[in-house]
Amino acid sequence: MGKTLAEKVWDAHVVRRAEGAPDLLYIDLHLVHEVTSPQAFEGLRLAGRQVRRPDLTLATEDHNTPTLDIDKPIADLTSRTQIDTLRRNCEDFGIRLHPLGDTEQGIVHVVGPQLGLTQPGMTVVCGDSHTSTHGAFGALAFGIGTSEVEHVLATQTLPLRPFKTMAINVEGKLRPGTTSKDIILAVIAKIGTGGGQGYVLEYRGEAIRSLSMEARMTICNMSIEAGARAGMIAPDETTFEYVQGRPHAPKGKEWDAALEYWKSLRTDDDAEFDTEVTIDAEELEPYVTWGTNPGQGLPLSSAVPDPASFAGEAERAAAERALEYMDLRPGTPLREITVDTVFIGSCTNGRIEDLRAAAEIVKGRRKADDVRVLVVPGSDRVRLQAESEGLDKIFTEFGAEWRFAGCSMCLGMNPDQLSPGERSASTSNRNFEGRQGKGGRTHLVSPLVAAATGVRGTLSSPADLDPTPLPSRDHEH
Amino acid sequence: MDKFIRHTGVGVPLRYSNVDTDQIIPAVYLKRVSRTGFEDALFSAWRHDESFVLNHPSYRSGSVLVAGPDFGTGSSREHAVWALKDYGFKAVLSARFADIFRGNSGKQGLLTGELDQDDIERIWQVLEDAPGTEVTVDLEQREVRCAEIVAPMQVDDYTRWRLMEGLDDIGLTMRHIDEIADFEASRPSHKPRTLA
Repeated sequence: MGKTLAEKVWDAHVVRRAEGAPDLLYIDLHLVHEVTSPQAFEGLRLAGRQVRRPDLTLATEDHNTPTLDIDKPIADLTSRTQIDTLRRNCEDFGIRLHPLGDTEQGIVHVVGPQLGLTQPGMTVVCGDSHTSTHGAFGALAFGIGTSEVEHVLATQTLPLRPFKTMAINVEGKLRPGTTSKDIILAVIAKIGTGGGQGYVLEYRGEAIRSLSMEARMTICNMSIEAGARAGMIAPDETTFEYVQGRPHAPKGKEWDAALEYWKSLRTDDDAEFDTEVTIDAEELEPYVTWGTNPGQGLPLSSAVPDPASFAGEAERAAAERALEYMDLRPGTPLREITVDTVFIGSCTNGRIEDLRAAAEIVKGRRKADDVRVLVVPGSDRVRLQAESEGLDKIFTEFGAEWRFAGCSMCLGMNPDQLSPGERSASTSNRNFEGRQGKGGRTHLVSPLVAAATGVRGTLSSPADLDPTPLPSRDHEH
Repeated sequence: MDKFIRHTGVGVPLRYSNVDTDQIIPAVYLKRVSRTGFEDALFSAWRHDESFVLNHPSYRSGSVLVAGPDFGTGSSREHAVWALKDYGFKAVLSARFADIFRGNSGKQGLLTGELDQDDIERIWQVLEDAPGTEVTVDLEQREVRCAEIVAPMQVDDYTRWRLMEGLDDIGLTMRHIDEIADFEASRPSHKPRTLA
């Protein structure tokens, strides 16, 4: 019997296999950031251990970093200490670091692919659950805890139990106005936040094949929201084209050798998945979440659900709690929900294509009066690219705030937070209670929905907007 | 790491499903660079609510958390495990755990035992009818005992062995350092490096 893509990559990295023990897997790339690494480096020091492969390790500052006044010392002392600790650790252990202010700085999952460090067939880990992003290249990439960070630093390996495999077949073509974000929100709504536990997801089908690399990254990024540690997409011409010519892409003969290998990285026709799920892309509409976990999502055209309509007692109780926290009433059309803040950014949707898509919607328009719109590029390179295309001007003329790169309001570890009771439409990945700031309420959306929501002030898709942008700034709402 | 063979302590019924790591410990507490001292951060948003289970005097000294399904979903933050341990929890029981959380717990000696949801419901009932009731988590026998209830508990063989022996993962891997070196010698040269 043939092998799935995930099994091929796994098998190529087994250092040691023994009865009754997990496989020992070699790690090709270890990405590091300031939040989940300090205790790992401390562990190395206490045990007198070194970093085995600094040349397979890269660090960046992203979670804590401010998106304003980045040339000034970080105001929050504990954040500053954590950043300083990463800088000292990288210096002491010989690890390459892209600090705040550096052109290559940004969210770790934007930086890796952008530098060409993420390539097909690799194993990639990081002390961050959204490491699943890199699976878009046909890499086996997953988030790890701090003990595992220490383990990889010390040994460049991890003991792991094999995953089960799940095919997510996305057939047909996406309709205009729907995006890869809507695909993944629909997948999570379908299989639930625990549906992928123990699995590696492989996204397949016509709709996936036709997506750009950046759109594929958005999908793989949120695999963890379905409970799966990793999500993958088989590499193809789109992948090879994206990687070729990047700073760390193989060159010359190395490129040829790599390409030959990469072309073998697809699930064999006679391979079997443990589970298969099918989604029809043609039926998808823009999705938004109404609750406090990413599985609580519905098409934008729907209404807030009635908890009584849920089958199980646990589901019902979860929906009741979610509606109470979100301050929503059953039956309210989702389109009538008013937001205070729109956040465009994060490792899910903070790439140049996301910013272009949002900019195209807001160009020539003016944001709704009482809405704050925050646009945070995923990396400094994305910021520079956007500025070279004039996107920053489009956003600021719209009334949005244009910021420096980082994780920002996705998780509110820096000053970019929601206030208690404030409601956001956010292109990020988690709508957990308090995720974007204590008491904050989050609706997860695509960049298109975020942009349209910024225009109207209520959850909206581009189809809800007037066909022609309004020329003047004094448009009445 | 301390050995875990069996533990008996006050059971705490947490009747929520999908307890994500942002609820176990919000991101604002992740700025610290230490590995201890996270007890105050545990469930910090919920602990402001007087009716929250850990604010009930009978449960305050709890050490066995009995939670709804899909416990520990979301981020990879091991701080969630540190916060539970620092508070005094030795074991968490649930019908289903998020993969990364379960892995992190195993590294830190916090037992994550999988029980049938029916057994979880029965234990909840006992703990709510008689707050302060103790629960025994027996890793050796792979079972949980509470009042008259004896429930089978699933823990994978390898994790069970490591916890019962109190073994540190890195030390175990270091025994195979020659095999790692051999593997490295065979890696294709087209694989990227971060340093020149």
